[in-house]
Amino acid sequence: MGDKALAMKGGREKASVFSVLARNWSFFFLVLTVVIFSFTGKNFFALNNFQSIIHLATTALLLACAETFVIITGGVDLSVGFVLGLSAVASASTMQLLYAAHWSAPASVLVGIVVGIAASLACGLVAGVMIARFKVPPFIATLGTMGIAIGVSYHICGGFPIGYLPPGLTDIGNMYVLYVHPASGAWSFFARPASIAANQIKELVRIAPISFILIFVFLLLLWHLLKNTRFGQHTYAIGGSMDASVRAGINTRRHLILIYVLSTFLAGLAGIVDLFQSGTGNFTTFGAQLELFAIAAVIIGGASLMGGKGRILASAVGVLLLKVLENGLNLSGVQPFYRYIAVGLILIVAVVIDQLFPDLF
Amino acid sequence: MGYVLEVRNITKRFGGLVAVNDVSMGVQAGEVVGLLGDNGAGKSTLIKVISGVYKADAGKILFMDKEVQIDSPMDALAMGIETIYQDLALAENLNTPANIFLGREKMKKALGFLNVLDHAYMQKESSKILEKLDILIPSLRNRIRALSGGQRQAVAISRSIYWDAKFLIMDEPTAALGVAEQKKVISTINLLKSHGIGIIVISHQMHDIFQVADRMIIMRRGEKVAELVTKNTNADEVVSLIVGAETVTK
Amino acid sequence: MARAGGFTTLIGQRWAMLFLLIELVFFSFLGGGFFTMNGFQIVLFYSTTLALLATAETFVIVTGGIDLSVGFVMGFASVVSAKLAVRFDSLGLAPELSILFAVLVTLAIGLLPGFVNGVLVARLKVPPFLATFAVQGITYGTSLIITQGSAAINVPNLANVIGNSYFIHLVPGRGIWFFTRPEAARGADVIDIIPTMVVVTVLVIAVASFLLKRTRFGRHTYAIGGNIDAALRAGINTRRHLVVIYVLSSLFATLSGIIYMLEYVSGKADAGSSFMLDSVVAVVIGGASLFGGVGTIWRTILGVLILSVLEMGLKMMGVQTFDKYIAVGIILIFAVLIDQFFPEMIHKED
Ligand SMILES: Nc1ncnc2c1ncn2[C@@H]1O[C@H](COP(=O)(O)OP(=O)(O)O)[C@@H](O)[C@H]1O
Ligand SMILES: [Mg+2]
Repeated sequence: MGDKALAMKGGREKASVFSVLARNWSFFFLVLTVVIFSFTGKNFFALNNFQSIIHLATTALLLACAETFVIITGGVDLSVGFVLGLSAVASASTMQLLYAAHWSAPASVLVGIVVGIAASLACGLVAGVMIARFKVPPFIATLGTMGIAIGVSYHICGGFPIGYLPPGLTDIGNMYVLYVHPASGAWSFFARPASIAANQIKELVRIAPISFILIFVFLLLLWHLLKNTRFGQHTYAIGGSMDASVRAGINTRRHLILIYVLSTFLAGLAGIVDLFQSGTGNFTTFGAQLELFAIAAVIIGGASLMGGKGRILASAVGVLLLKVLENGLNLSGVQPFYRYIAVGLILIVAVVIDQLFPDLF
Repeated sequence: MGYVLEVRNITKRFGGLVAVNDVSMGVQAGEVVGLLGDNGAGKSTLIKVISGVYKADAGKILFMDKEVQIDSPMDALAMGIETIYQDLALAENLNTPANIFLGREKMKKALGFLNVLDHAYMQKESSKILEKLDILIPSLRNRIRALSGGQRQAVAISRSIYWDAKFLIMDEPTAALGVAEQKKVISTINLLKSHGIGIIVISHQMHDIFQVADRMIIMRRGEKVAELVTKNTNADEVVSLIVGAETVTK
Repeated sequence: MARAGGFTTLIGQRWAMLFLLIELVFFSFLGGGFFTMNGFQIVLFYSTTLALLATAETFVIVTGGIDLSVGFVMGFASVVSAKLAVRFDSLGLAPELSILFAVLVTLAIGLLPGFVNGVLVARLKVPPFLATFAVQGITYGTSLIITQGSAAINVPNLANVIGNSYFIHLVPGRGIWFFTRPEAARGADVIDIIPTMVVVTVLVIAVASFLLKRTRFGRHTYAIGGNIDAALRAGINTRRHLVVIYVLSSLFATLSGIIYMLEYVSGKADAGSSFMLDSVVAVVIGGASLFGGVGTIWRTILGVLILSVLEMGLKMMGVQTFDKYIAVGIILIFAVLIDQFFPEMIHKED
């Protein structure tokens, strides 16, 4: 054991330029695509476009965060895409109902949000109990709750988006943090400066959609949860070795249930965000495959379906990569159909890199 | 009797099969007892009863001369009975300190209110315990996956010792190791012994057992067939007991 | 190991069959026009495409993998075969030849996605879930590019004649015709018996079942799913075998797409999108384990029938079909729970 060769074998690999590059390839690839699209895409390199890419990525980011936790434990959550829709229609229909019954707008909205989130948590609880207590494979358990989420959400909305909601949802959802009017030098937070007339709105520079704050807060919180807390440590441990975790006295059942509840909570939150951004309660369509794209983003970020690894910020990079690709191809005049091919290819690259250099992450 | 751990008349059945039949044994502080027997003799089942994985159908367990109830692995750990399984039970995707502290992580306050993992503390404590056991691991921040078999074994042992094991059970500790690493494990066991810890070692390597064990207990088809003092016996006798060529009771 | 007696054993082993019976009885009493020969034929006709996809999925799941691409390979095949048929037709080929060539060429092209899947899974050790998801995206994108996002139409009408023909046509009092609807009997009551596509599907399934159950190839498939290391040590070329499995899966999915094209006389990129998970569900309801090593074609078909009777029964009752998903979710969870509680009953070798 004091043997030199042995010590070498165990020695920490030096963080060579190569390993840093390979470990964060998705980030560098993101930068590369941004550079390329800046040349090829019409209006790609513009503050507005960048802001809108991130703004529109909010729900996908939340779903990817959800999958990150689940995937680190070695599971997968197929339900998140439809739980998003369930949360949106459940909360929208509640809001519609209460508002029609002459509740105040804020009250109906608040109760609506609570209902939407509660419905989401129920899905995660059911899946979590199946997985943790009855040892149902996560793929199947979440496929089951996915079916239930689809059925219930279509039942609620009858297959049509839910409108006639309390006013002001989109004003909040699409609000910017800072408004500047360069010509007059007027500026203000969260609403256009009072001095600016309606016909001057076009001249306003809007900076940082409100969704940035949400994204920032959640990424920070979840990053902290995963990196610095016992909960996060146990999440990695369970994904690394269920046996070791049980024998180390971790309450793995409770932990797994919490993981799936957290996952559907984030999905439900994404549904609420979608509701605020679009102003209608949208169900999730079949072709959307939101869950699969979220999983793809997490894998592109370096996680493994075998569990034990994954990083929140890397998953976020994965999401941004997919979104930039979609946006950039579109603005470069490429048919949107190519996006599916591009995602498939990048996913293959991601997994092959992971296979070739298993110790990088 | 001065045993740290003693079992009396333990019987464990699996359906119609009697895996452990009326076995009694004890281990004193600072003593190493080797548990020997052919495959299927019931060694693993016996130690799993002690470590709380299985519940015995009959018999009792005494720890520090008091009868105790061990219903789950947690009960055993809480008393200071640590088990190092053949598969080691380490989370290979985590590093050494994370494994030593797994499930019992040290927290600290950050910014005065945030409860966060105290990585620095866990790392410091880990290097202390490794040093105490005279174990060299090049970088504690390596994930277990990057360590050799012997180093992993050492991490598993360190974890038990750090958490104040009074009694240690080792199932085939040297089985998967190279010669140099086997030697190191043997010397670690001897070191632990000198710290007053009671140890049961299961091994197929007769050679290892003769180096570390003070006494040997031999099982065959679920029954204890012999209990020998190491210095009064030899490999031939032990082997014939294991395979059942003759029955000697002390 | 002692076996629990009578009733629970019966439930454990036969619950899927029992469930299907209950469904049939239920819808026969409640469903508008379910309990008629036509009602049953509609269910069977509707089941053909899903049955082939689920057959594809069974092979993959028995090896312990999963194939998320089957639904979109099916769409791809429907698009390619439709486009080719139109193409050959416009080149002046006879409709019979156009369709025949289109089918043959599509079958050949349909091997490709499976080959890529197989190479990724067996050679590059990409988890099947991801490999087949990636390939799904690539085939979907390709079909969209081929069709420019719309349906492929104008397929020679012969497709319709084949796809919607019946094996037997009976005109009471006047005679019996095979395959083609009697021109002479126009206006008279023709009783159509057994859709041709159902016959074709049953034949394909029978071959698949034979392959999995009775051949060495099938044995090896179970062996790989049971313990790939053991299979490797037993001298099975597991890599090649896995590639063949994914190619086979693609082939069945392609057949499914071709049948879709014949039945609906068009091709659509997303023809099978809702079947992607249904096919997995059918296999799991049929008692297969996602861990591999367990599952049979006939049980899978039982799962397919449970799903399509449910869907068609609800439709005929006038219930909104999305309630199907709730039922499917519950059945699925139920299936796995039974699997957990009575493992030795379901997994007994038969
Ligand atoms: N969980 C179990 N269920 C049924 N039989 C078991 C179980 N564990 C062990 N056995 C049986 O008990 C006997 C003793 O096994 P074990 O204690 O593992 O022997 P050893 O460790 O000495 O090789 C064997 O016959 C084995 O098959
Ligand atoms: Mg043993």
